[in-house]
Amino acid sequence: MSDHKTEESPNAARQHWMSVLAKAKTEEIVEAWGEIGQRPKYAAIRNPELGLVLVRGRMGGAGDAFNLGEMTVTRAAIRLESGEIGLSYVAGRNRGHAEIAAIVDAMMQSAEYRPLVEETVIARLAALQSACRELAARKAAATRVDFLTMVRDRGPV
Amino acid sequence: MSDSLDLSQVGPAFADPVRDSQSAFRWLMDAVARPGEEVRFDHSLEVPGGLCLAAAASALTLFDFETRVWIDPALRARPAEAWLRFHCGCPLTNAPLEAAFALVVDLATAPALSAFNAGDAKYPDRSTTVIIQLASLSGGRRVRLRGPGIKGERMIEPNGVPSDFWAQVQDNNAQFQFGIDLLLVEGNSLIALPRSTQIQFVEGD
Repeated sequence: MSDHKTEESPNAARQHWMSVLAKAKTEEIVEAWGEIGQRPKYAAIRNPELGLVLVRGRMGGAGDAFNLGEMTVTRAAIRLESGEIGLSYVAGRNRGHAEIAAIVDAMMQSAEYRPLVEETVIARLAALQSACRELAARKAAATRVDFLTMVRDRGPV
Repeated sequence: MSDSLDLSQVGPAFADPVRDSQSAFRWLMDAVARPGEEVRFDHSLEVPGGLCLAAAASALTLFDFETRVWIDPALRARPAEAWLRFHCGCPLTNAPLEAAFALVVDLATAPALSAFNAGDAKYPDRSTTVIIQLASLSGGRRVRLRGPGIKGERMIEPNGVPSDFWAQVQDNNAQFQFGIDLLLVEGNSLIALPRSTQIQFVEGD
């Protein structure tokens, strides 16, 4: 990640696919990965391991940070034979998911392997996720109530 | 210290992080409980260039995100630095006085022992533990050790220490309860010299 500040767009693209990989349902990512015939050789730098992260939030995105709670996270780091490094941080405790996410992250950085996973894994998972989001949004929208409010007199100050 | 981390040269750490770091912790405790005795760590570990197995295993076991670590300038901007940052997650510092741990690979150019944190009256345990990597733990000038954990006396002869090193260790002992603790490492071996261990020169050497 040496191009952290100098090049904005490659990072944004990588953030996108890492996010897709992390948010995918385990069954979906395992299924998509199962269809990849030509898999690169790789070595683990960090075998998938479980840990806790503290989730913090801000009220309205602006108040003081408060601790929301801890969540389990699985992370992994691998290096392909061709040198690309793949990293993953995935919610939950599924080691297989984290490992696949790290390998796909590395493959996406390689000109040779990228075409193999870009459509089959990333685009497919992204489509599933946006369909899921859209469904939830539609369900929520169907129950929306629009209140017509009038500005009331505040009374004597 | 927030430069981006270059992982291109970083290799794996403990193959079995939980068991291996527990074994390493036991190995470190045994060494500190019996100052001056050479103890070996018999697990394999892929180490980064510039570090011996004992130094790497100690680092993986002791360093974490809460410990500030001073590392030898000789390790800076090398794969060993990225390896430590990646696997230990430890913040690095350039100020020896701030360091909870220090990793020295070249004693000749390292700061004097008195530059590290000797603890304070309320918390003497907050001193720096200095890991010193040597060329060999034998064949050097013989010194006699006495103190807790040693029945009678014990001799050690680490090689590759500068001529004024033992005088610095004696000064370190003199300020007990304050003082730093030393871990001398080479290959997969470790000799601990906690601040409670008294150093004497052997006559005639």
